Amino acid sequence: MNQFLIFIKKEFLHIWRDKRTLFILLGMPIVQIIIFGFALTNEVKNARIAVLDFSKDPTTQSIIAELEASRYFEVERTISSYQQIETAFKSGHIKLAVVFPGEFAQDMAHLNKATVQLVADASDPNVANTLTNYASAIIMDYQQRITDQRKLPYTITTEMRMLYNPQLKGAFNFVPGVMAMVLLLVCTMMTAITIVKEKEMGTMEIMLVSPMKPILIVLAKAVPYLVLSIVNISSILLLSVYVLEMPINGSLLLLVSVSILFTLVSLSLGLLISAGAGSQQTAMFISLVALFLPTVMLSGFMFPVENMPLPLRMVSNIVPAKWYYSIVKAVMIKGLGFNAIWKETLVLTGMMIVFLGLAIKKFKIRLA
Amino acid sequence: MSNSAIISVNKLSKKFGDFTAVDEISFEVSKGEIFGFLGANGAGKTTAMRMLCGLSLPTSGEARVAGFDVYRQNEELKKNIGYMSQKFSLYDDLTIKENMRFYGGIYGCSDSFIKTKTGSILNQLHLEKDAGKLVGSLPLGWKQKLAFSVAIFHEPKIVFLDEPTGGVDPVTRREFWKMIYEAADSGITIFVTTHYMDEAEYCNRVSIMVDGRIDALDSPAALRREYNTASMDEVFLKLARKARRDDG
Repeated sequence: MNQFLIFIKKEFLHIWRDKRTLFILLGMPIVQIIIFGFALTNEVKNARIAVLDFSKDPTTQSIIAELEASRYFEVERTISSYQQIETAFKSGHIKLAVVFPGEFAQDMAHLNKATVQLVADASDPNVANTLTNYASAIIMDYQQRITDQRKLPYTITTEMRMLYNPQLKGAFNFVPGVMAMVLLLVCTMMTAITIVKEKEMGTMEIMLVSPMKPILIVLAKAVPYLVLSIVNISSILLLSVYVLEMPINGSLLLLVSVSILFTLVSLSLGLLISAGAGSQQTAMFISLVALFLPTVMLSGFMFPVENMPLPLRMVSNIVPAKWYYSIVKAVMIKGLGFNAIWKETLVLTGMMIVFLGLAIKKFKIRLA
Repeated sequence: MSNSAIISVNKLSKKFGDFTAVDEISFEVSKGEIFGFLGANGAGKTTAMRMLCGLSLPTSGEARVAGFDVYRQNEELKKNIGYMSQKFSLYDDLTIKENMRFYGGIYGCSDSFIKTKTGSILNQLHLEKDAGKLVGSLPLGWKQKLAFSVAIFHEPKIVFLDEPTGGVDPVTRREFWKMIYEAADSGITIFVTTHYMDEAEYCNRVSIMVDGRIDALDSPAALRREYNTASMDEVFLKLARKARRDDG
């Protein structure tokens, strides 16, 4: 046990002496969260809108109030004709115009059905799209509420539909993605590289000649990166809760536990790669190509897995990050418990056992 | 097998599939001896040495190292040997002291032992002032001496040196052999492979491997007489020319 501790201490020294790498390892998650959270967000706050209300009835008034109340919109001005819409856009301040036709109230009362027109400045298509989505969602929400009070349903038609992410938060998709990416990078790549480095340096040979058990050598290599990962998990979660104001709806304990499970899967993968790779470059290349790319592309973080063709969907099943990503979404965003994620947890546990088993087996073959 | 033998090997073989890397070698090394283990590249030296260090299991034959069986007493065997390769194998990003602390530690040495031993090695090498320096900043010759000191840090019965003087200048090589003699005088058995024939002359006895077998084994002087040559160089060439295996 003493040997084991001395070994771990040595590993920490290696990491500590290499300040640049340490800085990257600890700084990367923070930078990623901040970039994804603020720079790359498709969320728009306090967009200025114009309202053209031909109907001027209590319903349109309360819809306008709803829009104004949300933190996405600020009603800049109320205009009175179609011609003014263009002037408003040209002045550059207005991002969206909401038009209530004159027959709105009438249609609502007699047909239970009315149409709102959303006119967006599509010179920035992403913003336009986001804004129309926001506005539609708010109107839908309102319609839902007034319908609940009546027997006959009201229908207010807008052209847009919201399928996903009803709270309109950009952070929802990328926080779990960044967690998967960071953990994979730190654990898999760094463990693989540090073990292969010992092989290159010839120090691995000395270690194998020593009475220290090979399994302990391998485990001691993994421990410091497990610790680093726990630091990273904490910093990502703290940043998302306190800076991005993204709530953790499910159990924090469960979230941290599955994150540690995923860390262990990544560590096992790193050990497996190190057993196969002969040089640090190879180890890095395998980690990047075989792990990092599939994690970004196939985990559902960037592109929804459901929309992929069948062969890719099948491949995505062997990407550990896909399972972790769906666990984090379920626990963190939907607030679900273990019942909802036992299958994914089982898959990850299975992967860990397989990878670790193979790594140890390969390590032993090298010794024989 | 005599009782004073610290390494005794009897018909030891290692096969990789159809290829016989080591072919029924037998020899003994006695305590405190400097034993040179020579052979051209690909003659099977490394494979034989790996078996004696407990890194690889023999296919057949017997071998006892420091009194322990290479098949069954792997762990005890490893505790009683030291090992140094031509890569010198110290950590460049750790200080001299930290390297000693680490290698002493993985051999299970106690803290007080490590402290005293580190002090005496630093004193011996006149490195007291540099104890806190990173090994990466030291010249190659110092690294090599340090690596040897680290290999015998835990006071093993035998130390295996795998081409320990590769890439080092002649002056440093001489100084290094002085350290080897000192270690041998203190009772540590030295098992050394080398490609330098002048170094072979420093050994008490040498064995020369050709194609997986030991073709000659005696003191350098006796080998020169037997092959009727003036130097070990020629003895080696005469034997190595018979080899049918390629380098590798």
